[in-house]
Amino acid sequence: MSGPAHPYAPADGPGFPALRSATYVGQRLRRKEDARLLTGRATHVADLRVPGVLHAAVLRSPFAHARIARIQREPAKAAAGVVGVFTERDLDGRVGPFVEAARTEISPLLKEKIGPTLKSCPMPVLAKDRVLWVGQPVAVVVAVDRYLAEDALELVQVDYEPLPAVNDPEDALEPGAPVLHPELGDNVQTSFTVSVGDVDGTFARAEHRLSTRLVMGRTAANAMETRGVVAVPDPGRDELTVWCANARPHLVRTFICEMLGMPADSVRVIGPDMGGSFGTGMFPEDVLIAFLARELGRPVRWIEDRRENLANTRHARDQIHDVEVAFDGEGRILALKDRYLIDAGAYNNYAITVSYNSAAHLRGQFAIDHMRVEALSVLTNKAPVTPVRGAGRPEVVFVMDRIVDLVAAELGLDPVEVRRRNLIRPEQMPYPMGMPYRDGVDIVYDRADFPAQLERALEAFGYEEFRREQAAARRLGRRIGVGVSSYVEGSGYGPYEGAVVRVDPRGHVTVATGAKPHGQSLETTLAQICADQLGVTPDDVTVKAGDTALIPHGIGTFASRSAVTAGTAVGIAAARLREKVLAVAGELLETHPSDLELDGGVVAARGAPDRRVTLAEVARAATPGPRAKLPDGMEPGLEVVYYYVPPTVTFASGTHVVGVEVDEETGFVRLLKYVTTDDCGRMLNPTVVEGQVHGGVAHGIGNALFEEIVYDGDAQLLTATYMDYLLPTASDVPPIAVGHQEEFPSELNPFGIKGVGEGGAVSPPAAIANAIVDALRPLRIDIDRVPIGPERLYRLIEEARAASEGG
Amino acid sequence: MAERRRITLRVNGRELSGSAEPRMTLADFLRDELGLTGTHLGCEHGVCGACTVLLDGRSVRSCLMFAVQVEGRELTTVEGLAAPDGSLSPVQEAFSVHHALQCGFCTPGFLIAVTEYLAEGAPGVDDEEALRARLSGNLCRCTGYQNIVAAVREAAERMRRGS
Amino acid sequence: MKPPPFDYARPETVDEAVSLLAEHGEEAKLLAGGQSLVPLLALRLASPSVLVDLNGVRGLDHLRLEGDRLVIGAMARHRDVEELPELRSRCPMLFEGVSLIGHVAIRNRGTVGGSLAHADPAAEWPSLVLALDGEIDATGPKGVRTIPAGEFFDTYFTTALAPDEIVSEIRLRLPSGAGVGSCFVELARRHGDFALAGVGALLGLDEGGSVSDARVTLIGVRDRAVRSLGAESVLRGARPGEELFAEAAEAVDKEIEPVSDIHATSEYRRHLAKVLVRRALARAAERAGGA
Repeated sequence: MSGPAHPYAPADGPGFPALRSATYVGQRLRRKEDARLLTGRATHVADLRVPGVLHAAVLRSPFAHARIARIQREPAKAAAGVVGVFTERDLDGRVGPFVEAARTEISPLLKEKIGPTLKSCPMPVLAKDRVLWVGQPVAVVVAVDRYLAEDALELVQVDYEPLPAVNDPEDALEPGAPVLHPELGDNVQTSFTVSVGDVDGTFARAEHRLSTRLVMGRTAANAMETRGVVAVPDPGRDELTVWCANARPHLVRTFICEMLGMPADSVRVIGPDMGGSFGTGMFPEDVLIAFLARELGRPVRWIEDRRENLANTRHARDQIHDVEVAFDGEGRILALKDRYLIDAGAYNNYAITVSYNSAAHLRGQFAIDHMRVEALSVLTNKAPVTPVRGAGRPEVVFVMDRIVDLVAAELGLDPVEVRRRNLIRPEQMPYPMGMPYRDGVDIVYDRADFPAQLERALEAFGYEEFRREQAAARRLGRRIGVGVSSYVEGSGYGPYEGAVVRVDPRGHVTVATGAKPHGQSLETTLAQICADQLGVTPDDVTVKAGDTALIPHGIGTFASRSAVTAGTAVGIAAARLREKVLAVAGELLETHPSDLELDGGVVAARGAPDRRVTLAEVARAATPGPRAKLPDGMEPGLEVVYYYVPPTVTFASGTHVVGVEVDEETGFVRLLKYVTTDDCGRMLNPTVVEGQVHGGVAHGIGNALFEEIVYDGDAQLLTATYMDYLLPTASDVPPIAVGHQEEFPSELNPFGIKGVGEGGAVSPPAAIANAIVDALRPLRIDIDRVPIGPERLYRLIEEARAASEGG
Repeated sequence: MAERRRITLRVNGRELSGSAEPRMTLADFLRDELGLTGTHLGCEHGVCGACTVLLDGRSVRSCLMFAVQVEGRELTTVEGLAAPDGSLSPVQEAFSVHHALQCGFCTPGFLIAVTEYLAEGAPGVDDEEALRARLSGNLCRCTGYQNIVAAVREAAERMRRGS
Repeated sequence: MKPPPFDYARPETVDEAVSLLAEHGEEAKLLAGGQSLVPLLALRLASPSVLVDLNGVRGLDHLRLEGDRLVIGAMARHRDVEELPELRSRCPMLFEGVSLIGHVAIRNRGTVGGSLAHADPAAEWPSLVLALDGEIDATGPKGVRTIPAGEFFDTYFTTALAPDEIVSEIRLRLPSGAGVGSCFVELARRHGDFALAGVGALLGLDEGGSVSDARVTLIGVRDRAVRSLGAESVLRGARPGEELFAEAAEAVDKEIEPVSDIHATSEYRRHLAKVLVRRALARAAERAGGA
């Protein structure tokens, strides 16, 4: 690799073990997870069989904004099978405030550099005095089964006094709007401005400008498994074991311990098999159920149903951008101004996570050195918004790529050509972006070749051929079009992830990590990296992820981070363990460790293969006791714990090209083909990577054409079931061709890995919008809002037709 | 008439019994009474397909039936697809080979639906649109369906070749 | 999302079922396929005291093609109809309409009688019985009466059935002879979703190539399935062609009254109805050999 080293590339210091080249990493290994998942033997939180477990059902607010005058629980308490009915009154003084994880996790460096306004409004576990969104938990019934618990919910009488509700962030900013949290003064919970270069001067000098508003509607994560918690107390010891369908088990433990006042080792949180997540977050029930179990001295189970899930769980996106762009006659974008609002819902527990992600990723692959963004997270009477797959990137990629398209249209240029003229060039890499990332570290893009990525994607798509087809199709009255989008994604976010790698007396290797996979195949990919660095086979390795008893510190799986952080942690821990194994084997074989090899679980002397010892024998020799055979100064036990602290994020990227057909008469859109080219650095398992891209693209297609969480004027939720919230099906997703640029391993971690979990979901709305616009030319359609369904597209077509005929 | 009653049926070739009040869904009966938790609940209103089982060989959404309705009937759930010696069915094998599952939550429903489809002779398997339409009754959030389509094609091919 | 409690009855004869309805009145609901009812129970939008399960009733699930007559027991499943040999060629409109009902797992359980009695304005079966001169037998305490399809559907989820009557049999007349073509088309957000609008079209052409017989039905665009007599009168006696189909499409305007909901506005549904009428007629004409 030529050019200067990346400024954040770690120097190989003392203590960094020598790493072996890959045998298993890079292979398309079949997954270890499949055996149980294919045969119905997985254990999701709802599958746990706990003797004597009680079932909870949550009473939720039917109003978007109301005062709670009175709650009468007696009729419910007397109902068949009911063990208890709890409200905020039972939690007051017993359960501490719901701490905002992201607020406490905000990088001090970022605070210093950007100086965001951050106002705190801790969310109650159960509503106190007021409800602020439809679906907010108000009370909880605990009964001997869920059927009876739901019957009893209907008997809890809550007297609500409805208040005017705010359902729109712009309305929420108006003076005189209902203020959700009076202690905050207004409905702006966070805000910040980021300025790069000389925006005003550049605008003043620019030949061309345009401005527009671009909106991405609200969606919901919709993992196929809903949330759930099973909490089992040990009343004698005042301990809790909590299974929680949450991708951050250690964070769940932290919250439970802080809010219930329990020592860390009294609470064990286990992430069971998880049916997706697509975002992260803490929810009131994660702590509530633990509290109830402890309170009742009996196991308590709560499984969210889909109606609760659609109302509450991981709403996302919902951004309004007012953008201005300055450009020259060649289509070079010179400066960008973007003021955007995020409709955060009733509580923003994530501070500036999503809003700052948007700011940091807005310019993407483009060399735009003058930019100013002003971001506000605005509170409204809707469910709280959380980071969900893409987490602020799809919104700004939609903005940027529609801008490129509009600039091209303004100048009569091919949007692909405009892209070419604006991409950061490989010789400019590593490229500083003039602002910090969310961790406070100034953004410097990893080495990459965006122009080559674009060309590769276009070629894989058959762009030239498609243009010819398009011309021919147009003559026959068919409207087909092509759209392009690209993104950059900061992946492998810190602050750390850890691995415990240990060998048992039978020579079997166990890896424990704080990552919590929910489809990412980490049980396989981490075994691959462990096998490589330790010198065993993946079959010899079992990965146990997301159990606080197995590793003391952990962060979790979200933000395209686990391959990078857990992967590196596992690899380095395994490499260090290998050194230990060779040292102990050296004692056994009376040979210097540097003359020994560990392969396939056997240590042998180089050149003298009969002098060998198995990993099992080494493990036994390292067992503590008088018969241990250890080098001087070495602690017994074959185990290494290592926490990897990444220097900052490592930037992955991708380019998407999509072909669509539009039925002009009806506005229905059909996706013809979808091509991606991504740079995710070193692939641990290409099949896994491709699967992540397929799934991300499908999710993005949902966001582009089908999925929207809709509230009415009173902030009543209209999309309450799967009749109304439309997830894409196999008929809605076209074949997807995934290509990779493999020539840019990350320089920020020793294994060259970049994250890929979210990338696929980032570009589809932009690419599809651009393709639809392209298909309908010469009619001038502007798609400034997604999702776009057939009716709205049909109306845009009719308006454009009227305009072109009348004009 | 609302009390629990005893229900006896055949599941995966074995006679099993459990008790249920009339309103207990077949899905909950399988999971909570019979301990067969392989059948999953994704929506409980008949849209996602995660709860699909075979009733007398036909796919049904078990969240839309009541346990009391299957007295004496024959059910196949995901737990019954592999052979007694544990070897995977052609559909299961194909799903693994083609990485047609990631989190695996929707997978039991897909396996059952596809098993029925293959038993019918996989009509239209070479027609991309028809095959995807057939699969559109089951929702997946992880795979983007790409590898599921590939897995179904391979399983159909294997059955066509009789291997 | 667990259903509220109910008593459960599993009659073995139609008469038993009818008696139960008479006994419990409004408090009873019939369980046929369950594909519409059970979600309502899960969402607690319905709380009947008694569920009368028809799945054990003898003599309700027959299915026979007798010449031009298709005789369907009320408990015949959609899937059974769909799988009738030769139905696709014998009457494409019926085959296509039934195939568009949800997904296979839904069609394995959903019943013809249940769909008709439920009378969802966007359901396919009501329009199919309207198009095919359907006769619907209703069995009550006093015996069986036959209701012509044109008199069966009243408004949203409301039919001519008395509270103590059960649909027991449906009879359709399938078109025959040369020069007949039919189809069913609909537009939905996703495959298997309820139609935003749907059209069944049946054309019979005489030896000269003019329309001798026409049926045009629509779903999703009014409080019940509609048979457009206006469109049919435009078509009869005329020569098939784009202009004729457009004229027929305009003629449905006065006979439909779409509603607005979260998926589509009334105006858009009206527009789709006309587009689909044109497309359905074009396809039916092509199949009749007179495109």
